[in-house]
Amino acid sequence: MNKQQTVPSIVNQVKNVQWPSFNTILSTAGLPIVGIVIFLGLWSMMAKNIDTSLGQFPGPAAVWQQANVLVDEHNAQMDKADKFYQRQDERNAARVAKDPTYQPKIRAFTGAPTFFEQIWTSLYTVMVGFVVASLIAIPVGIMCGLSKNAYTAINPLIQLFKPVSPLAWLPLVTMVVSAVYVSTDPMFSKSFITSAVTVALCCLWPTLINTAVGVSSIDKDLLNVSKVLRLNALSHVTTIVLPSSIPAIFTGLRLSLGIGWMVLIAAEMLAQNPGLGKFVWDEFQNGSSESLARIMVAVLTIGLIGFILDRLMLTVQRKVSWDKTAVLR
Amino acid sequence: MAKKSLFTSMKHAVKSLRIGMISVAIGSAFVASNVSAQELGWPEKEELKFGFIKLTDMAPLAVAYEKGYFEEEGLYVTLEAQANWKVLLDRVIDGQLDGAHMLAGQPLGATIGYGTKADIITAFSMDLNGNAITVSNDIWKQMKKHVPHEGGKPVHPIKADALKHVVDDFKSKGKPFKMGMVFPVSTHNYELRYWLAAGGIHPGYYAPHKGDTSGQISADALLSVTPPPQMPATMEAGTIYGYCVGEPWNQQAVFKGIGVPVITDYEIWKNNPEKVFGVSKTWAEKNPNTHIRVVKAMIRAAMWLDENNNANRPEAVKILSKSQYVGADYDVIANSMTGTFEYEKGDKRQVPDFNVFFRYHATYPFYSDAIWYLTQMRRWGQIAEPKSDDWYKEIAKKVYRPDIYALAAKALVKDGKAKISDFPEFATETGFKPPQKGFIDNIVYDGSQPNAYLDKFAIGLKSDSKL
Repeated sequence: MNKQQTVPSIVNQVKNVQWPSFNTILSTAGLPIVGIVIFLGLWSMMAKNIDTSLGQFPGPAAVWQQANVLVDEHNAQMDKADKFYQRQDERNAARVAKDPTYQPKIRAFTGAPTFFEQIWTSLYTVMVGFVVASLIAIPVGIMCGLSKNAYTAINPLIQLFKPVSPLAWLPLVTMVVSAVYVSTDPMFSKSFITSAVTVALCCLWPTLINTAVGVSSIDKDLLNVSKVLRLNALSHVTTIVLPSSIPAIFTGLRLSLGIGWMVLIAAEMLAQNPGLGKFVWDEFQNGSSESLARIMVAVLTIGLIGFILDRLMLTVQRKVSWDKTAVLR
Repeated sequence: MAKKSLFTSMKHAVKSLRIGMISVAIGSAFVASNVSAQELGWPEKEELKFGFIKLTDMAPLAVAYEKGYFEEEGLYVTLEAQANWKVLLDRVIDGQLDGAHMLAGQPLGATIGYGTKADIITAFSMDLNGNAITVSNDIWKQMKKHVPHEGGKPVHPIKADALKHVVDDFKSKGKPFKMGMVFPVSTHNYELRYWLAAGGIHPGYYAPHKGDTSGQISADALLSVTPPPQMPATMEAGTIYGYCVGEPWNQQAVFKGIGVPVITDYEIWKNNPEKVFGVSKTWAEKNPNTHIRVVKAMIRAAMWLDENNNANRPEAVKILSKSQYVGADYDVIANSMTGTFEYEKGDKRQVPDFNVFFRYHATYPFYSDAIWYLTQMRRWGQIAEPKSDDWYKEIAKKVYRPDIYALAAKALVKDGKAKISDFPEFATETGFKPPQKGFIDNIVYDGSQPNAYLDKFAIGLKSDSKL
């Protein structure tokens, strides 16, 4: 095959592609844009009429400006970090010259985390909490689904703890973490553990319940097949139960991740874990004339990240789901 | 063969390790006993995390960081804002923080076991003055009628006598008069109480031995705790009618138009000691060189802040207005940090000593300062039992550590970074300031006689009284 042949064939293919009609474009791309424009218009109108003691409520323009400031601050901080490492190298060299037994080491930059580093901390924390919760919830959920007795035993506990707010858990988690997590050179900071555990406690439940429901509603025929083949417990779970309850499990995981992300912001505010929640809290405390706009940037970022996380989970769900015709949204 | 060589090399390693350990031990003993003559040893801990509360008097920490004074001492310091004074103290106690910007009463309160019991010491006093009392616009309107005026402006200092009319009015209507301060053992609590009591308003007693730590027993004005940065918002919400707090939260009230600062603490007690830099005693014992180096860096920062008649203050304000430090607007912070103070909107007056960081030996940890706080704890019942004068001195000496300060100061002089004349005469300094005047009620304070001092107050527990 040479190039001259392939080019026309591609062109043909492109020609044959069914372009979406004008109407579909309008409804899939146009309507959201219309919605956003109307929202921005209402927002800036409302903002002009709200006077707080920190000045006017920030409109879209002020928020956009602060978003740029945050980017600039991030870049400035990166420059500072470079200089910090340079100075450190010089100082280490000077000390080695004076004191040859000294083992120079490089210490991490001591400056305040920037907005983008805080986003990263938040993502990392929520992922740790979410993974821990899933590792507990899926096996327990499968157990509840397989055995009616196990479900009856655990159900009251699920119903009892499910509606508990993260703010109620947090003081308990904080005290327990301080008491239990003691080490001279901790790998993780306590505030991180506290936030991650709180997230895990709150996003355990949707996965657990959905897994249990998914497992208990497996097609009778499939169960009979397993019985006929005399599958042992492990292969029964891996070949029959898991594949058929994957859609339900993922519905639970998506809900859990959404809840985890929401809970995280509150947990970080109180546990002072250096993520987005702390950013919002610190800006509120600062009470400068730019604080509200900066908080608004954080609010939009939180929303955007929550949306992206949800889409990612949806993509994975579609990939692993055996029923490709099911409508997932 | 291989085994033998491994064995010998291990033996060798153990031996050299032992020699190393001995030399380290000798070295550290030497350093500890003879730092002033010998060069200061390397820091034991290089990566440090210090906590602070968003107040302008955390400036020595921010300046020492931004100006590179910590790094010049070989210290890699991270500064972290804390949610409130209790969280900050707890994190110093459990070791999450190596040290922190603290209320002068916190190391003392912790040591005597009021609140969380822990041994906290301080070798560095961070500043003098810097607080004020603010009341809401509404209260100010009612108070103003009773304030003497001259040339259309209120005469300062404004005494609490003017507020007493308002408080009495509230009382006759059966409404509680509520005010905010930042912590039970805070400077602000004692200053607010001092001012109120000097004007005949009873701020209430604590009775920890009866389990009552509200501090509202027989009170005319009910005081409660609010973290500094939330003061303006709490007053705006109407939960409290006034508060005593550090800057910039009084000027913030002026800028937001929600309240009027009526008096600065400079006018309640001229050049009163304020925040200290506190570390846990075990930390200080484990890291003596680090501690001295931290104090060195902070002395330099304090000197920089007061240099050439406050010439560096605008630059300091710029640093403080960054969001990771105090984060309030430049103008708000500058209003008090650059030698002025705005009372009622537009009534901006010169208060050159509103923030003092180094002048008047502000950084030296005087025993008499510690004892003043202890007398106020006794006066309001936080110390429930009568104590002897010696007890006061003993606690002060346990918590305040001018010996460490002296080592740091001498090291700075040796480095050529300071003059010996900048500091008190270390050989003769007793740590007790001569009897101090300059209180709003004209009562003289002599730190060597705490019990006699307590007996001078009309409102408050006497030296031998008990609730």
